[in-house]
Amino acid sequence: MKALRNFIDKIKPSFEAGGKLEMFHSVFEGVETFLFVPNTTSRSGVHIHDNIDSKRAISMVILALIPALLFGMYNVGYQHYLAIGQDAGFVMTFLFGLLAVLPKIVVAYVVGLGIEFTVAQMRGHEIQEGFLVTGMLIPMIVPVDTPLWMIAVATAFAVIFAKEVFGGTGMNIFNVALVTRAVLFFSYPGKMSGDNVFVRTSDTFGIGAGSAVEGYSGATPLGQVAVNTGDVLNMTNIVGEPVSLWDSFVGLIPGSIGETSTLAILIGAAILLYTKIASWRIMLSVFVGGIVMGYICNFFATPAIPGTMLSPWEQICLGGFAFAAVFMATDPVTGSRTETGQYIYGFLIGVIAIIIRVYNSGYPEGAMLAVLLMNVFAPLIDYFVVEANMKRRRKRAKINA
Amino acid sequence: MLSKKNKEILLGPISKNNPVIVQVLGICSALAVTAKLEPAFVMALSVTVVTAFANVIISMLRNTIPNSIRIIVQLVVVAALVIVVDQILKAYAYEVSKQLSVFVGLIITNCILMGRLEAFALGNGPWESFLDGIGNGLGYGLILVIVAFFRELFGSGTLFGIQVIPQFMYDFGYENNGLMILPPMALITVACVIWVHRLRNKDLQEK
Repeated sequence: MKALRNFIDKIKPSFEAGGKLEMFHSVFEGVETFLFVPNTTSRSGVHIHDNIDSKRAISMVILALIPALLFGMYNVGYQHYLAIGQDAGFVMTFLFGLLAVLPKIVVAYVVGLGIEFTVAQMRGHEIQEGFLVTGMLIPMIVPVDTPLWMIAVATAFAVIFAKEVFGGTGMNIFNVALVTRAVLFFSYPGKMSGDNVFVRTSDTFGIGAGSAVEGYSGATPLGQVAVNTGDVLNMTNIVGEPVSLWDSFVGLIPGSIGETSTLAILIGAAILLYTKIASWRIMLSVFVGGIVMGYICNFFATPAIPGTMLSPWEQICLGGFAFAAVFMATDPVTGSRTETGQYIYGFLIGVIAIIIRVYNSGYPEGAMLAVLLMNVFAPLIDYFVVEANMKRRRKRAKINA
Repeated sequence: MLSKKNKEILLGPISKNNPVIVQVLGICSALAVTAKLEPAFVMALSVTVVTAFANVIISMLRNTIPNSIRIIVQLVVVAALVIVVDQILKAYAYEVSKQLSVFVGLIITNCILMGRLEAFALGNGPWESFLDGIGNGLGYGLILVIVAFFRELFGSGTLFGIQVIPQFMYDFGYENNGLMILPPMALITVACVIWVHRLRNKDLQEK
């Protein structure tokens, strides 16, 4: 640590005004403040705050994403070897997934950070750290077979049009990672949904590969539910074995890379809540909203709408619901900020996600659209919560007077 | 015929005073008909013709129209011209007219038309009004064609219906961007055109 500090102090002068590398000063500043908490003090407003600035908060979010990411890597390999009917052992399985996922992370970071650094440099701002989380989220919410150039195009589009044009980190209306996914989904629907994208059957850098076993189908459980016919709901894994609630909770099912395991996501949620980075009100109310709506749908269960036959617990374990609840809805920039508002905001995300999933067969998964929709309403909810509070206090003041 | 002032009337609306990207009029149809170049082109032509001749007719009538019913008179003139254009399209370009569907009829409600009639034709002679109509029509058409060019190129891989993105690109895994054909991308493409235009014309930038 000491050596790193000394090194940074040594190269610092060449990045300051008049130095040789002045044009890269915002890059330097970004790296320096990421490595060490800056020793500047506030000059106005609040003078007492803890040492968790936004760079530290973001590190915690990345840490919370790690369990889901590692599990996602393992699951990518697991699904691959299951599909080709081989048992490769834990190490090879994980390695396959690692090599399949790593290029996506690299692409998302290089494209997104490249744009952020360029814009910061052009405007003379310091580099904002928001993209570190976004760049990690993007590879986790896409299917494993999404081509890299599509991720690059969608990331660039989302960073420019959902973030930079609004004024950069902290000013965006929509969650940037979800905008990336929405752009991918509407631009290249063939690569973002369907039966052939969630399980990789070809090789990854020469590892794996083989022909799929007989009876193989790459459809996700929710994908199967959308086209289910008859009175009984049939959900199978990719080789035709039935999927239980426990399977979907642990997450060894096909799906977007980081979204399958509710268990790993809950570990991440525990980290976020323990460190008080994310709002437990939003998280809780998204799950409550999903379960309530799940019960309502389930109450009116009919084979004509197969989604209604899912139990509420299956609803929150399948698909991207848990991931959206823990990592997407709790985004402090795009969510509600008042406490009452957070309950309303979260609850409606849960309800809308299940409504879209169940009643719109065009979108087997509704969590993404639900969060994006509620992002629009978050400021409105906050406005009315604040107004109501002012009204109540004014009334109280009148009675006392 | 083309004095300096008239030149300004004709060419002003193409860039500095563009009806779509500076005055932000006629956005509706700019979003609706720009998924392909061909309908965008025909639409641009139709609006130019209607604007030019409506301007001329209203300009010739301008001293006889009672002020209190001038909007009705303008609407009658525009409606008559739109019907003529619509019938001609149906007769000679049936496929395109089917693609444009209701939007030919909706030229009548295009803000650019009423704006030009109110702001220009009622106060200027027929020749100036004609140039003004042509200029504004071309300004509108130019944006339509630019937007449609990018939307058709990236959304369908074609231009005027002819495949321009070669097959080997698709073999390499390239895919058409489905979002480009959806209406939201028309709005974003127009926004990008405005962005570039403002960058090149600093005096148009709002403070």
